[in-house]
Amino acid sequence: MATSLERRRLPLPHDAREGVLPGDAACPGCPIPMALKVISAVFGEKAILVIPACCTSVIVGTYPGQSIKASIVHVPFASAAAVASGISQALKARGVSDVHVIAWAGDGGTADIGMASLSGAAERNEDFIYIMYDNEAYMNTGIQRSSATPKGAWTTTTPTGKVENKKDVARILIAHGVPYVATASVGYPHDLYSKLQRARNTRGFRFIHIHAPCPPGWRFDPQYTVRVAKLAVETGLWILYEYVDGKLVISGPSRPFQDPSRRKPIEEYLKYQGRFKGVTSDVLSEVRKYVDENWKWVLKMATP
Amino acid sequence: MVKVVKPVGGAKLPVSKPIVGVAGRTGLWRNMKPVVNNEKCTRCYQCEIYCPVNVIRVEPETGAVINYDYCKGCGVCVDVCPTHAIVMIPEGGV
Repeated sequence: MATSLERRRLPLPHDAREGVLPGDAACPGCPIPMALKVISAVFGEKAILVIPACCTSVIVGTYPGQSIKASIVHVPFASAAAVASGISQALKARGVSDVHVIAWAGDGGTADIGMASLSGAAERNEDFIYIMYDNEAYMNTGIQRSSATPKGAWTTTTPTGKVENKKDVARILIAHGVPYVATASVGYPHDLYSKLQRARNTRGFRFIHIHAPCPPGWRFDPQYTVRVAKLAVETGLWILYEYVDGKLVISGPSRPFQDPSRRKPIEEYLKYQGRFKGVTSDVLSEVRKYVDENWKWVLKMATP
Repeated sequence: MVKVVKPVGGAKLPVSKPIVGVAGRTGLWRNMKPVVNNEKCTRCYQCEIYCPVNVIRVEPETGAVINYDYCKGCGVCVDVCPTHAIVMIPEGGV
């Protein structure tokens, strides 16, 4: 019997402990099963995951097994949002209301290839949750650049570092005027848990953008996955917020970093990652400027 | 293990079922092994929350217990443990 203190510390409902089964095909230190564990804690087995081509389609395994206790539909790359729309309409027609449809796609399947069907589903305000887990490149096929790769990062297709800034998909979805948009990080599972709960209790199109550091692709030691995820928030590079009913609210873990003096220097975050080894001071100052402008936008949106 | 769903019309659809070890015994991937000192463990559940393979179980009585059959040895539990109760040792060592 757990004491009240221990019960308070329990992160996830205990019956959801077995939602993600051991022995999946993820690399050591992979952030994706960490986030899937939180999803299973919120939805249990009452979820239909629509997964386009991405790391997760490999991680959950091949026939006759799968590593998560939920229904999975594997779909072609560009169609995650379209298939999820169809499934949610079919459930509605059949009168099933306790099952949630979740499109679970990577940054390539969201920001690049799946953008058209995503934008269409958001415009129609289809009733499902779209989750983009963002490992900032096409990791599954061998670390090619995507439009969500940040400036200065090495990938196999940007050997001298990416020149362009990261595409801000959450901001694009806010412009669609959907009921719920949030950014989250695998470094803060409690924050992700409460955001998924809120998404669960909202109807219409919901979008959550999860920052997910990838050890082989970002070139850091697998044990630092959580540390790197937290540093991205502590340096202000990744801002956690929620956009509900036309109002933007900065989430707890990011709130102290509204004040620039409390943010850690960006070098702290970059030094763990081999992909930023060749970053010059010019690029670094541009990244700092990008962080400041991002914060300026968030604070402007957050003020009533 | 394999359940065949029969939709209307009699066609057979193969459907995957949740199983443990879909990619084999992933414990064989490991070259460093996390070892818990449960006297230092404060039952904060951090390792259980963050473990990517979901092989750590923290109970108030026993502390943290790791299922080594599937632990991939990534070391995330070592990094998140606030009391340094988990250490990595080379596989095959003491």
